[in-house]
Amino acid sequence: MSQSLLIARRELYAYIRSPMGALIIAAALLGGGMWFNWRGVGQPLLSAEVLAVFFETASGMVMLCSVVLGTRLLAEERQSGSMILLKTAPINEREIVFGKFLAGYLMIVVLIALTAYMPLHVYLNGKVSFGHIAVGYAGLLLLGAASIAVCLFASALASSQVVAVIIGAALMLALVLLWAPAKVTEPPLNKFLNGLALHHENFRPFMNGILQLKSVAFYLVVTYFFLLCASKVLEARRWR
Amino acid sequence: MIEIQDLYKYYGDRRVVGPLTTTIGQGEIVGLLGLNGAGKTTTLRILACDLLPTSGSVRVGGLDVVEKPHEVRGQVGYLPDRPPLYDDMTVREYLAYAARLRRVQGSGVEKCVSEAEELTELGDVRHQLIGTLSHGYRQRVGIAQAIVHRPAFVVLDEPISGLDPVQIVEMRELVRSLRGEHTVVVSSHILTEISETCDRILVIKDGEIRWQGSEADLSSQLSQGMRVQITLRGGEAQARQVLQGIPAVENVETVDAAESGESLVTLVVTAAGDPRDELCRALVGAGIGVLELGRRRELEGLFLELVSEPVDGERRKKKRRAQEAEPAEQREEA
Repeated sequence: MSQSLLIARRELYAYIRSPMGALIIAAALLGGGMWFNWRGVGQPLLSAEVLAVFFETASGMVMLCSVVLGTRLLAEERQSGSMILLKTAPINEREIVFGKFLAGYLMIVVLIALTAYMPLHVYLNGKVSFGHIAVGYAGLLLLGAASIAVCLFASALASSQVVAVIIGAALMLALVLLWAPAKVTEPPLNKFLNGLALHHENFRPFMNGILQLKSVAFYLVVTYFFLLCASKVLEARRWR
Repeated sequence: MIEIQDLYKYYGDRRVVGPLTTTIGQGEIVGLLGLNGAGKTTTLRILACDLLPTSGSVRVGGLDVVEKPHEVRGQVGYLPDRPPLYDDMTVREYLAYAARLRRVQGSGVEKCVSEAEELTELGDVRHQLIGTLSHGYRQRVGIAQAIVHRPAFVVLDEPISGLDPVQIVEMRELVRSLRGEHTVVVSSHILTEISETCDRILVIKDGEIRWQGSEADLSSQLSQGMRVQITLRGGEAQARQVLQGIPAVENVETVDAAESGESLVTLVVTAAGDPRDELCRALVGAGIGVLELGRRRELEGLFLELVSEPVDGERRKKKRRAQEAEPAEQREEA
């Protein structure tokens, strides 16, 4: 665990030292803020509906930022040649993957925290419950963890950052768009596909302030599964 | 300390290393010498637990690299051909990070980092970002990260690659300073570097050790007797006469014709045993100005002798004969 924290600290340090982390978050906040203003604030909607629009917008920001931040975590080390430092150190693959995941996830948490002014605005000027906001944020945190894990897996597969971004974006897109084939298939396949969709069926309850344990479990399983896959890829590559 | 037994490494059907068997003693500096593609880096990567051997065993400090990789990694410091550096960290931060990764605990980190900085003479740049350092300093930081956790065994892959002559001398000193406390394996294809730095040379070709020993062993095995190079101020004919009068001298060759104005001449004397004192006495006694006299460094020639492919020469001849036999029109088309 201490080795994971060490790796996470180094990674966060790299984000702080360079303007890259701040630029990515600032761009996401700007884009997300403009989208929310157009789709939520400027429309004749109820406060709860405006809040749902906010969480939908924020989920898009989280997934996009996860692709940018998560896919570089291991691919950049491999591309710059510094991966050998981790590979020849007495640490196991799980520690490496968890350290990288922690760093990427903390950046996503910072992004999510910085969006707080938008629901606060709705809370102060409209009629929404604090529970709705809390559940929505819990959903964003779970979606962020799952998205970073998926992109970290893509990063473990690729030998360069560009390839990692392509693989990560393709994986995310496939997982998000699973609702589309679900629409044209019969039960029980459509239920199965909907259940696997990263956003649609699993995130909507959070958007509307409903805490659904099934969706919580889904995001936790997706996070664990992709982190496990990433560490298995590293394990296989370590000796090659 | 390090025992390599029947080591093989295959990439698919292609044998890259093997059969390779050798033992490296505690505190020794061993040079792995070979042409590009000889299998040096692959061997070093196996020793550093970065690559899985196909078969055979490698034991570092009694521990098998496949069975106990984590324990071995803790005992090994590795500098790959491209140092694994983070440009956004200062030298001190990076070395502390590398030490902690290798499980150096608490206050020991500060001590280990200071020692590594001192040994590699990085004190002046310790607070500088690695991205702003020159190539020579980056190599030094690479070596510092390899020794920061005080490993028993240090693996350096081409540490002088890309360095200027001054940096090469400094790096040579640095590698020599590791002798005793660490067992060091250095790879290079720069022959003089290996002979200057290492106690023992392993000549590797096609993944196999073709020869091992010191430079003196190599020289005495491959050439009969010693070759001494003498630079004189003029008097070539007289010098030849004097030298040929010495019983131990077998042959005298002129390798450098007299330079105009300076009248310098360089001779190479082949002799049985070590005749250097006798040669010097004879030449000075005859009133000939001796500018330099020393054993001729011939590792390069001897190394080429070891790794040369007699088949290649044959192949070239065959190819030439085939080309000559080919009709002129076909050659033009080609």
